[in-house]
Amino acid sequence: MPEKILLNSTDIERALVRVAHEILERNKGAINIVFVGIKTRGVPLAQRLARIIRNMEQVDIPVGSLDITLYRDDVSSLSFKHVVQQTYVPFDITNKQLILVDDVFYTGRSIRAALDALIDLGRPETIQLAVLIDRGHRELPIRADFVGKNIPTARSEEIKVYLSEVDAVDKVTVMRTEGGKNEPK
Amino acid sequence: MSLSESRRHAATRETLPQLSIDSWNHRHVLDLDDFSREEIDLVFEIAKGMVEILDRDVKKVPTLRGKTIATMFFEPSTRTRASFELAAKYLGADTISLDSAKSSVAKGESLIDSLRTLQALEVDTIIMRHPCSGAPYIAAQHIDTSIINAGDGCHAHPSQGLLDLFTMKQQFGDLTGRKAIIVGDIMHSRVARSNIWGTRHYGIKLVLCAPPTLVPRGLPEMLDRCALNHVTIEHSLDAALENADIVMPLRLQKERQQSGLISSMREYIQGYQVNLQRLAGAKPDVLVMHPGPMNEGVEISHEVAYGTRSLIEQQVTNGVAVRMALLYLIAGGKSR
Repeated sequence: MPEKILLNSTDIERALVRVAHEILERNKGAINIVFVGIKTRGVPLAQRLARIIRNMEQVDIPVGSLDITLYRDDVSSLSFKHVVQQTYVPFDITNKQLILVDDVFYTGRSIRAALDALIDLGRPETIQLAVLIDRGHRELPIRADFVGKNIPTARSEEIKVYLSEVDAVDKVTVMRTEGGKNEPK
Repeated sequence: MSLSESRRHAATRETLPQLSIDSWNHRHVLDLDDFSREEIDLVFEIAKGMVEILDRDVKKVPTLRGKTIATMFFEPSTRTRASFELAAKYLGADTISLDSAKSSVAKGESLIDSLRTLQALEVDTIIMRHPCSGAPYIAAQHIDTSIINAGDGCHAHPSQGLLDLFTMKQQFGDLTGRKAIIVGDIMHSRVARSNIWGTRHYGIKLVLCAPPTLVPRGLPEMLDRCALNHVTIEHSLDAALENADIVMPLRLQKERQQSGLISSMREYIQGYQVNLQRLAGAKPDVLVMHPGPMNEGVEISHEVAYGTRSLIEQQVTNGVAVRMALLYLIAGGKSR
């Protein structure tokens, strides 16, 4: 099956605008909010959310980036390892409303790793999760607070998020792959 | 701007190269002669992530939880051993350290038997220092456990070579056309040897500077044979320092004095001590490194060692980050 486009650039922007509104509504404004994006594609998404909120509320929300490689639960059993990248959170997260941002929510294992990584950096008042796509198949008792789009999938399908900052184009696609369970990105 | 701030800024300025973990091809780290440029770049990319962890209040990540790392030192060491052990602990591994004086080695146990014992104890990685050149190679032939060479005789000290290069790259970014000098007892220096191999991929000009008696016989031929044409040999420190970007004095191993390789300490100091007077002949922003331990007042003057051009403390910090990267690559994941 060829790649099928689920969301285009406009769809992504609309979803993010709605998520931004929900974040402001839930937190009663943008005061005390910080964004942390999970590398790689959570980071540009967090920056976009911050930009949307700046346009609405004239508030600058700090954006950090988190590399979760060292916190993954599959490091020791991996036949494939990941290149460790830099975490860059140049502000104190303690007592903040921290919005964690990722592109696809799948098993929840990346988020678990991200939570461990965040706790090592400080003690936020709350951690809330915003994702562009929730594709189902949770394996842990973790769920997203803000979802751009729910896309029920089979495990044999692969969801790919392309963002212009990283991939030169904005789109979300689905593709059926051969074989069994895919590793979440 | 504090040091940690400037480090963070340096980290964000650089664009991320596309590095693949697949370029990593080592089960042991014995020397840098079999390291490709991609592998060294990969170590450095990961080390940059580790530098950030060292800046944190909580310096601990769970990556190597459940792994056991043994240090086995048959020679005295403070910084290398402490550095490796902290690197392992910061990554969440358990460590044990075996000291030749206090272990069964003192009762006459052979090296191979000691290693086999560690293997049977299910140790995942062994970090080893030994006075005999080549000892870690023999170790790697006899056991399946990964070996990291933390210095063998006069032969190699790969993690030091990597951290020196990492420190240089942190300062200059691209090293093409830069000139670095290693001055002192080249003959007995495993640090110099590993630096020769480490720097060869980076377009740096490396000058080895020593009195003729402290240059190993056959070195020019060896450099030739191995196509290490970025390295030159110079006997006058003043000549070597001209236009130098980095100068790294080596410890004058005092025990060598007796062997008659230098005529007197005073003469050595006159000819080869790195001090402010001498550095006036180098580039104005020349930087000074030292693999430690230092003999202040012998190969390096106090003012230089603790002056504004000194990177010596940064080398120590970077040493932990680079060793964390090595341990991540060696001990993380199943061996292939």
